Amino acid sequence: MNVTRSFLIGVAISASSLPALAQSRKLDVPKSVVAGSAFSIETEGGGQGVLYVVGPSQVLKRDVQLGQPVAIAAGDLDNAGHYLAVLNSGSSTETGEFDVVPANQPATLSFLAKPSRLPVGLQNGITGAVYVFDAFQNLITAPTPVSFQLSIPSESVQSRTVESHLGAAWTEMNSGAKDGNARFVARAGDVSATRVIEQVPGDPCGLKMNAKKAGGQIDLETDPLRDCSGNAVTDGTIVTFTESWNGGQTTVDVPLKHGVAQAEVPAYNGARISVATGVVMGNEIRWTNQ
Amino acid sequence: MGGRLLAVLLCLATVGLVVIGTLWPVPAAAAYAGGGAFTSSSSTPEEAVTSFANDLSHLAWQKAYSSLSNRGEFTEQDFVRDITGTYPSLRSYATLDNFQVRPLHASDNEAQVELRLRWSTVVGTFLDTRTLRVINSGDHWAPVWPIVKEPRVPPQVIPVTYLRWDVIYRGPEDDWGAQDVDAPHVRIVDMHPVERAAGVVVLGELLNEDVVPAYVSVKATLLGKNGSMIASGDSFDKISHLLLPKQVTPFLITFPNVSLSQVDSIHMDPTSNLVAASADPVIEIQNQKLSPAPDSYFTGSLVNQSGQNVSIAHVLGTFYDKSGQLVWVADQYTDRALLPQTPVAFSIPVPEDLARTISTERAVVATYSAGGFQ
Repeated sequence: MNVTRSFLIGVAISASSLPALAQSRKLDVPKSVVAGSAFSIETEGGGQGVLYVVGPSQVLKRDVQLGQPVAIAAGDLDNAGHYLAVLNSGSSTETGEFDVVPANQPATLSFLAKPSRLPVGLQNGITGAVYVFDAFQNLITAPTPVSFQLSIPSESVQSRTVESHLGAAWTEMNSGAKDGNARFVARAGDVSATRVIEQVPGDPCGLKMNAKKAGGQIDLETDPLRDCSGNAVTDGTIVTFTESWNGGQTTVDVPLKHGVAQAEVPAYNGARISVATGVVMGNEIRWTNQ
Repeated sequence: MGGRLLAVLLCLATVGLVVIGTLWPVPAAAAYAGGGAFTSSSSTPEEAVTSFANDLSHLAWQKAYSSLSNRGEFTEQDFVRDITGTYPSLRSYATLDNFQVRPLHASDNEAQVELRLRWSTVVGTFLDTRTLRVINSGDHWAPVWPIVKEPRVPPQVIPVTYLRWDVIYRGPEDDWGAQDVDAPHVRIVDMHPVERAAGVVVLGELLNEDVVPAYVSVKATLLGKNGSMIASGDSFDKISHLLLPKQVTPFLITFPNVSLSQVDSIHMDPTSNLVAASADPVIEIQNQKLSPAPDSYFTGSLVNQSGQNVSIAHVLGTFYDKSGQLVWVADQYTDRALLPQTPVAFSIPVPEDLARTISTERAVVATYSAGGFQ
C-alpha cells in the first residue's frame, strides 16, 4: 500500500515538475476545502486524463473525462493540509494547489488535566489544557472558545472561558477547601471532556493524643485528625508515637483508622510520650504511674 | 644438560607433592573439597565443637544432632528448626560462611566454649553466637546445645481491618490525553554529606507527603568544581522503599574512594512510584537504646502487632546529634521471623567516633513477608 502511494506521489511530482516535456497549465481548483466535504475540480479540453491529488498522508488517483468536472466525494479528503492536484492528459499537464482546512465544528477534545490529586486550598494548583479536533482528528487551528468548569461538591463552581490559539487552550484553577472528587469539565461547542481531580486533605492541624492506662501498658489514642480546613485526614496516614524514658525509647508507626491512630506502649513511670505525623508535631505527655 | 635435570627434578617434586597431598591432606583442604570435616576428633572440647560446627556447615543435621550430649531434651526436628527457623525467615535461606570456636574455661569433666556462627545471606551476613557447655563422656567430649525454641503461635483467626491501596493505571488503549494517576509527592527533608574513611557518605531523610503509598528510591550525583560528574549512586537497600502516607525513611548512599574536598555540589534525585500496598503489619519498636562508646550498639526489640507473620524485618536506625542534625544511618536485617506479639531483638553496631556525638535516635522498620512484597 505504501509502495503504491509512494509511486503515485512520485509520478505526480514528476509530472508537475517536468514542464519542458509537457505543456503545463493551471488547474482550476478551489482555494480551500473543508476536511471531509465534497467538492469538484473543473477540467477543460477533451479525451482521457488522470488526476492525482497529493497531500499529507493522503493520495487520490482518478481517471477523468476531460471537459467534465471531477467529483471528490464527501470523506475522500479528510486530512487537513496543503494539497497538490495534477491532471495528466498525455502531452499536457495541469496543476493546481489548494488547502484542506479543518471543520470549524469541534468533534473531540484531548483534555490534559494535572494533577490527578492535590491538597485542598492550593492557588492555581490545577491546570487544564485542551486540544480541539474536528471529526477527522484535524487540529482546529481557528480560534475556538473553550470553557473550563471545576465543580467541587458543596462549593461554588469555578468557570473560565478561553479562546484557543492554534488549536490549544489552557487555564489554571484553585483547589477548593473541601476534600473529595472535583469534576473538571472542558467544553467546546457541543463536545465536552471530563476529568476527575481528587482533592485530598492537607497536613494535620492540631495533632493531639490522649493516654490512659491499660494493664501494664499505656493506651495512646489521637483525637480525630483534621487538616486546617476541617477535613478528616485520610485513613492510612502514618502517625508516630514515641515514648522515651531513662535512656530508653519505644516508637511505633501506626496508620490512621477511622480518623484516629491508636497504639499501646509499655508503661514506664516518668516516660515522655510524643506524637507526630510527617513533619507535624503533636502534643507531649509525661506519664506518671498511678 | 643442567636445564633438563632441573626440569626432571621439578616434575618429580610436583608428582611427589600431589601424592602426599592426596594421601595425607590437610584437614582444611579436605573439608573445602567436600571430603569431610576439618576435624572429626572429639578428644578436646574445642575439637568437639569444631566438629559439630563443620557438620552444620555441611548441613549434616543428623550427624550434628547425634554428636550432642543433650539430644534427649529435644528432637532433631527441633534442633533443625532452631538453626534454620521455624517460619520462613532469613535463616531459612542462609548458609554458614564461617565459624569461630573460643574456649572460655575448662575442667576435667566440663568446659565452656563460645561458638560464633557467621551465616551468609543475600542481604549480608548475620552472627549467631552460642555459648556451649561441653561434657567429657569418658572417651570423648560432647557439646550441649543451648536450644532456642521459637515460640509457636496457636492457631487462631486475627481480624485485621487496616487499609489496603490498590491502583488502576491508564490502559494502553486510552487516548494520550486521558488522565492517569500521578506518582506520589515525596520530599527530601534532610540531607548532608559526611566524610568517612571509606569515602563520602550522603545521608538524609525522605518524606512521603502524599495520601497514597509510594515505592521510593534516592539517587545522588556528586559534582566536581567544574560541574563534571564524579560519581553517581543510589540508596539500594539503605532505605525503606515502601513509604505509607506521611512516613519518613532515612537513606544512606556511599561513594567509596571519593574525598569530600573533591565535591562541589550534590544533585539529589528522589523517585517515587504509586504502588499497591497494605498498612498492615504494624511493628512496634520497643526498648530502643544506644549503648555508650566504645562498642556502641543501637538495640531494641520488634513486636509485630498484626496477625501476619513477617519473614524478614529490616531495621533502619537514624541518629542525630544535640542540635538535631542527622549524623548517621545504620541498618540490620532480623534473622528470625516476627510472629504476632512476639518480641525479636535487634542490635545495630554504631561507629565509635559517631556514637560519642549521638544525642537521639529513631528507628523505622521495613517488612517483607513470604509470598510477596508487602
